[in-house]
Amino acid sequence: MAERHRADLIVSCLHGRCPELLPALQEEIKRRGLAGEVDVVEAGCRGLCAMGPVLLVEPDGLFYVNVQPADVPELVEETLVKGRAVERLTYKEPVTHQAVCHYEDIPFYSKQVRHVMRKCGMIDPQSIEEYIAVGGYQALGKVLTTMTPEQVIAEVKKSGLRGRGGAGFATGAKWASTRQAADPVKYVVANGDEGDPGAFMNRSLMEGDPHAVIEGMIIGAYAIGAHQGVIYVRDEYPLAVKNLGLALEQAREYGLLGQDILGSGFDFDVKIVRGAGAFVCGESSALMQSVEGKVGEPRPKHFHATERGLWDLPTALNNVETWANVPLIINNGADWFASLGTEKSKGTKTFCLVGQIQNTGLIEVPMGITLREIVYDIGGGIPGGREFKAVQTGGPSGGCIPASLLDLPVDYDSLTAAGSMMGSGGMIVMDDHTCMVNIAAYFLDFLKEESCGKCTPCREGIRRMLEILTRITEGQGALADLDTLGTLAKTVQSASLCGLGKSAPNPVLSTLRYFHDEYVAHIVDHTCPAGVCKALIEYFVIAEECVGCGLCRRKCPQQAISGEKKEPHVIDPALCIRCGICHDVCKFDAVGVR
Amino acid sequence: MPKLKSLEELQKLRTQLQKDIAARVETSTTITVGMGTCGIAAGAREVMQAILAELDTRNINAHVTTVGCIGMCHREPLVDIQQGDEPRITYGNVTPKMVPRIIEEHLVQGQVVEEWAIGRVVAGQEGSNG
Repeated sequence: MAERHRADLIVSCLHGRCPELLPALQEEIKRRGLAGEVDVVEAGCRGLCAMGPVLLVEPDGLFYVNVQPADVPELVEETLVKGRAVERLTYKEPVTHQAVCHYEDIPFYSKQVRHVMRKCGMIDPQSIEEYIAVGGYQALGKVLTTMTPEQVIAEVKKSGLRGRGGAGFATGAKWASTRQAADPVKYVVANGDEGDPGAFMNRSLMEGDPHAVIEGMIIGAYAIGAHQGVIYVRDEYPLAVKNLGLALEQAREYGLLGQDILGSGFDFDVKIVRGAGAFVCGESSALMQSVEGKVGEPRPKHFHATERGLWDLPTALNNVETWANVPLIINNGADWFASLGTEKSKGTKTFCLVGQIQNTGLIEVPMGITLREIVYDIGGGIPGGREFKAVQTGGPSGGCIPASLLDLPVDYDSLTAAGSMMGSGGMIVMDDHTCMVNIAAYFLDFLKEESCGKCTPCREGIRRMLEILTRITEGQGALADLDTLGTLAKTVQSASLCGLGKSAPNPVLSTLRYFHDEYVAHIVDHTCPAGVCKALIEYFVIAEECVGCGLCRRKCPQQAISGEKKEPHVIDPALCIRCGICHDVCKFDAVGVR
Repeated sequence: MPKLKSLEELQKLRTQLQKDIAARVETSTTITVGMGTCGIAAGAREVMQAILAELDTRNINAHVTTVGCIGMCHREPLVDIQQGDEPRITYGNVTPKMVPRIIEEHLVQGQVVEEWAIGRVVAGQEGSNG
C-alpha cells in the first residue's frame, strides 16, 4: 500500500514567540515512529494571535490553543497515538466577552421575531453553500419527495399566509385557483418592484437572502404546476439584481433549478426581468405588462391573473417576501406559522422604520404587535426629545395614523379600518415639526408623478387634490375646499382602475380624519401649527435670548437681519424668505417661529 | 459541481458544508462586513478595504466575508468578528480609522473593544432555519 499521511499538524500564530515548538513536535513524532505518517506544517497567522501558538490537527479538526513545547509529548501521545483530544489545550470561551450585550438584549431586537430575515446579515448571500449549510433547500427537498402539489397548497392555505405586498390576499387560495385554471402552461412571478419612498425591506431580502425567494418560488411552481418563473426587480437595486442572478446560477449548477430537480422529474427555471423603476409597475397587472415588454400600465381586472396573467396565461404573482415565507411554512409546518400573529393575520411582517426615529432600520415583528411597541421599544422613540405626531404606514398610498391610535395592533384589517394599509411595509415616523397638510401634499406630488395617466379619475383627481392642498398651505384655502377634497378623494378611490389610484387619496383622507384641526388652522387662522408652511410662518428674534453674536446676520442669504454687536437683532419680515437658516444656526435658541 | 439527484444527496451535502464551515470558524478568524446597500451607503466598502489592508500589513490570514443587511441600519457599517467558539461580536458605526485598533486589540491581543462593541451572537444560533 502506498505511503499516506495519517494526519497533518498545522501550526500557526507563532510570530517567532516559540521557536522550539516546531522542532519539538518533529522530534517527538520521529521518536514515536510516526515520521512519514504525520506532517508538521507551519501556516500563516489565523488572526488568533492572542491564543497562539495554535495547532490544528487534520483531518480530525482538533484545535489546540496556546501550545507550549512542554505539551508536545502529551499531545502526540493522546491525539496522534490514541486519537483523543487533550481537553486542557482545547479552546474555551474567555469570560471577558460576557460584558458585551447579547443580541436578544439589545432593545432594537428584543421585541423582534426574525424568521424571514433570520439569515439576512448572517450568511454570505453570494454563497449557496452557506444557505444550504443552514438548512436551505431542505423545504424544497421535502416538497418534491414527500408531498403532492395539492398537499403543498393545503399546507399554505392552512398556514393562513397572506400576500406581503400590501393587499393581503390569501396566498393558498391564489395558488389553488392558478392550479385549477384550464391552461396547462402557467407562470409564477415574484414582485420585487419596491417603489415606496422609505421602504427597503424587499431590497434587503433580495440582497441578503436571495435563495429564500428562489426556494419559495420553486415550491410554489411545483404546487401550481408551472415550469417558468420571473423575478421582477427594479434596476435601481443593482446589488439585488446581482445577488439574485448569482443565486440563480448557483442553484442551476447544483441542479436545484432546471430539469429533473432533485431527481423528482419536476422541471423549473427562473429568469430576472429588470424594471425601470416606475411606481405603478409594482401593481400586478402593470408589472405583467412590463414583463411582456409593453408600457407598464394596469389593465381592467375582468379576469384574474390566476386565469389570465402573464402572456394571458394563468399566473401566481406574489411579493418576494411572500415567497420567502413559503420554505418556513414547509419546514416548520402550517400550525407553527399559524401560531404566530393574530386571528386573521398570521406570521411575521418586515417593516422599514424610518423618519423621525432613533433607531432607523429594518425590523421583523409578529403580526398584531402595537405601533407603540414598534415606535418606542424597537425604534427607541423620537430623537431630540420631540413629540410623536403620526406614523405613515403603507407607503405614499397609505395613511397617517395619529398618536391616539398608537396602541393599534399592526395587522391587515386593523390598519385598513384605521384608514391606512399594510402596504409592503414602509413606516415613516413623524414628529411635532411635521405639518400634516404639507405631508399630504408631498405624497400626492409623488403620486401625481407616478400615476400612469391611463384612467381619468387618478390622472386628473390627484392633480386637482394637490392644487387644493397647495392652496391651503399657501394660506389661500377656504373651508369649502375641505368638502371638495373629500368628494374628489371618494371619486378617485372608487373610480380608479388600479390599486395606485384606489389608494392615492388615503394620505388626504387620513389626515383630514385625524388632523382636521390642522387644516382649519391653515384656512381660518392662517397659521401652520408645525411651523413648516412658508407662507404662513414668520421668523422672529426673541430679544431676551439674543446676545447679538451676529451669526444669523452673517448667514442670512437675504440680508434680512440687522443689529449692532452685543445688541438684540431684528428680522425684517418683508425681506425674509423663511429659509430657516437663522433658526438652525442660532446657538442660543433665540430665533422663534410663529 | 455535480448536480444533486435526490434529497439524500442534498442532506449529505448539507452535513458536509456544516462541517466545513464549522471547521473554518473554529480554527480561524472570520470577519464579516455588512454590505447591503445600506451598509455600502454608510461606508462599508471603505471599511472593508481598511480591514483587508490592515490584515495584509500585519500578515494576518483571516477569512473576510460579506453579508446583507441585518436591520440595524442606524448602526451601519457593521463589522462582526468571530474567533473559535467565541460569540460573534458586532461592532457598529465602524469607520476606516477604527479598524487598526479593532484588529490590534480583538485579533492580536484577544480583547474585545468593548466601547465599540454593540452586541454578540452565541455561536451556533446564527441563521438556522429551525
